[in-house]
Amino acid sequence: MSLAEPAALPVTTSAPPRLHILKRFTTGFKTSLPAYLLLLPSLIFLALFTYGAMGRVLVDALYQRATPKAPVRFVGLDNINAVLADPAFTGAVVNNLIYAVGTAIPSITLALLFALALSRTNAVTSVLRAALFLPVLIPMVAASALFLFIFLPNVGLLDYYIGRLLPVLPNWLGDSDIALYAIMIITIWKNAGYYMLFFLAGLQAVPEDVMEAAHLDGAGPFQRLRYIILPELKPTFLFVTVIATLNAVTQVDHVFVLTQGGPSNATNLVLFYIYQQAVEHYDIGKASAATLLTLAALMGLTALSFRTMANREGGA
Amino acid sequence: MRPFDALFKDAPLATRGEITPKLGFALTVLLAIVWLIPFLWMGVATLRPASDGINTMAELMPSLKPTLDNIRDAWEIGDFPRYTLNTTIICTGILLVQFVTITLAGFAFARLAFAGKTLIFYLFLMQLMLVPVLLIVPNLSLVAQLGLYDTLAGVMMPFFASAFGTFLMRQAFEAIPTELEDAALIDGASLFQRIRHIYVPLSMPSFSAFAIISVTSHWNDFLWPLMVINSPDKRPLTVGLSVFTKTAEGTQAWGTIAAGTLMVIAPLLITFLIFQKRFISSFVTSGIK
Repeated sequence: MSLAEPAALPVTTSAPPRLHILKRFTTGFKTSLPAYLLLLPSLIFLALFTYGAMGRVLVDALYQRATPKAPVRFVGLDNINAVLADPAFTGAVVNNLIYAVGTAIPSITLALLFALALSRTNAVTSVLRAALFLPVLIPMVAASALFLFIFLPNVGLLDYYIGRLLPVLPNWLGDSDIALYAIMIITIWKNAGYYMLFFLAGLQAVPEDVMEAAHLDGAGPFQRLRYIILPELKPTFLFVTVIATLNAVTQVDHVFVLTQGGPSNATNLVLFYIYQQAVEHYDIGKASAATLLTLAALMGLTALSFRTMANREGGA
Repeated sequence: MRPFDALFKDAPLATRGEITPKLGFALTVLLAIVWLIPFLWMGVATLRPASDGINTMAELMPSLKPTLDNIRDAWEIGDFPRYTLNTTIICTGILLVQFVTITLAGFAFARLAFAGKTLIFYLFLMQLMLVPVLLIVPNLSLVAQLGLYDTLAGVMMPFFASAFGTFLMRQAFEAIPTELEDAALIDGASLFQRIRHIYVPLSMPSFSAFAIISVTSHWNDFLWPLMVINSPDKRPLTVGLSVFTKTAEGTQAWGTIAAGTLMVIAPLLITFLIFQKRFISSFVTSGIK
């Protein structure tokens, strides 16, 4: 399936094209007009909030106001340099990298385990799938409200049941060495069930007869996993990794509700930094520069997504 | 591993005796229980009377004297009816406009030939790559310039066009046999009549899949409404819940927080439990959204 069929240009077939470029163009435009009208509503909103927004980030990153009321002046790369020199930003980038790796790997591993265990469909597996999927549905803010109590020192759920086993009760969200990991637990809990769905779909593609042949040849469960299932799931892995990475950048609502980036910036993530610059410091220049850097960093991932989507036959 | 034998009846004969898959299954059951604990606590804490004291708050055994006081408190303190109304308006407004934009654009991509099709296709694709939440800063200033700061319309607007929905509809429309449209064409149906009476009715499963994804994601949206909305009476559920949690945390009213959370997620959970299959298949298609 090709992504787009070339437009039909009925008049140009008999005439030498070079003499009639203008005519060909206008005829092409005329036959295309209905399609353009249908696309117009979408394109207007895309132009305003996607491409326009991109352009504004680029421009805003190059300008600066001395005070919120002062006129803007061109500062070139000063904003970008200021952001790169800001320890809060570099700290947020490092935190975000730890957060991305520390949430993607466990949640994808768990998702694979869940999918392998629940790949057959019956009443029991359906209930278990639903249980594991529930956190996906609820708002991150609601999950945060629940985990606020779970992580509560001394009387909270975690300390009440598990904390007694530890000599010293940790302050899950209040200790700067632990808080980021506490935040990561929420993300893993919330996303593993989502990624499980993709592995369940991917497992459908593993041919039953190949599996059958493999264990007739004496392959154990781990050998079948290593040599048949995992190779078959490669596109799924790639795809889920892309989503997990995007989520690590964009899904940060729990930071807002639980820690506000604290204690001492230990849970500050890039998107929260951008929000702080824009809303708390009214520094649109720095916020835009940070946005620009994040977008640029995601470009590599974008290329990867394109490849992933090509693997899925151009469909979404 | 006897207890699981019944579940492995349909596994290939040679693998039925293997121990590893059963251990994996047991681990999954254990984790599924752990996964449910926050929900279990939410339910138990909602019904626990404040008189039980703070030290039993974490107890997962339900209280012997269940009460609805927490729900009443949350309902009164939190202004949840207003938040629910706002969220409903936002989700419905976005969805209705999206239905129009994605149907028209999806049809153009599925059935019409036009100059620059590939280019425009990639322009749409770009929206999938540039996750909207990253563009909050420029979009906030645009919304403010349009005079839509602190309005529900401002919250909705960036989502009116949906590349994901457009591609979903394109796929659905391409699957519809052209003979049907040709027949309507002979009967003199206009372009809009053909879309309205042939393409739309035959694509209902795709519309409902899209509706599920769109509503769940905007029901759960937090950061964007937090930035756009200023007045308390325009807050959606998520922003309302975060403010409510902050207030109730100060007074250690954990039962009330649990009740408030329950109210926020109950509509989605109930809908999910009814239409479970449909939700799951929709979420599988939502990978790129």
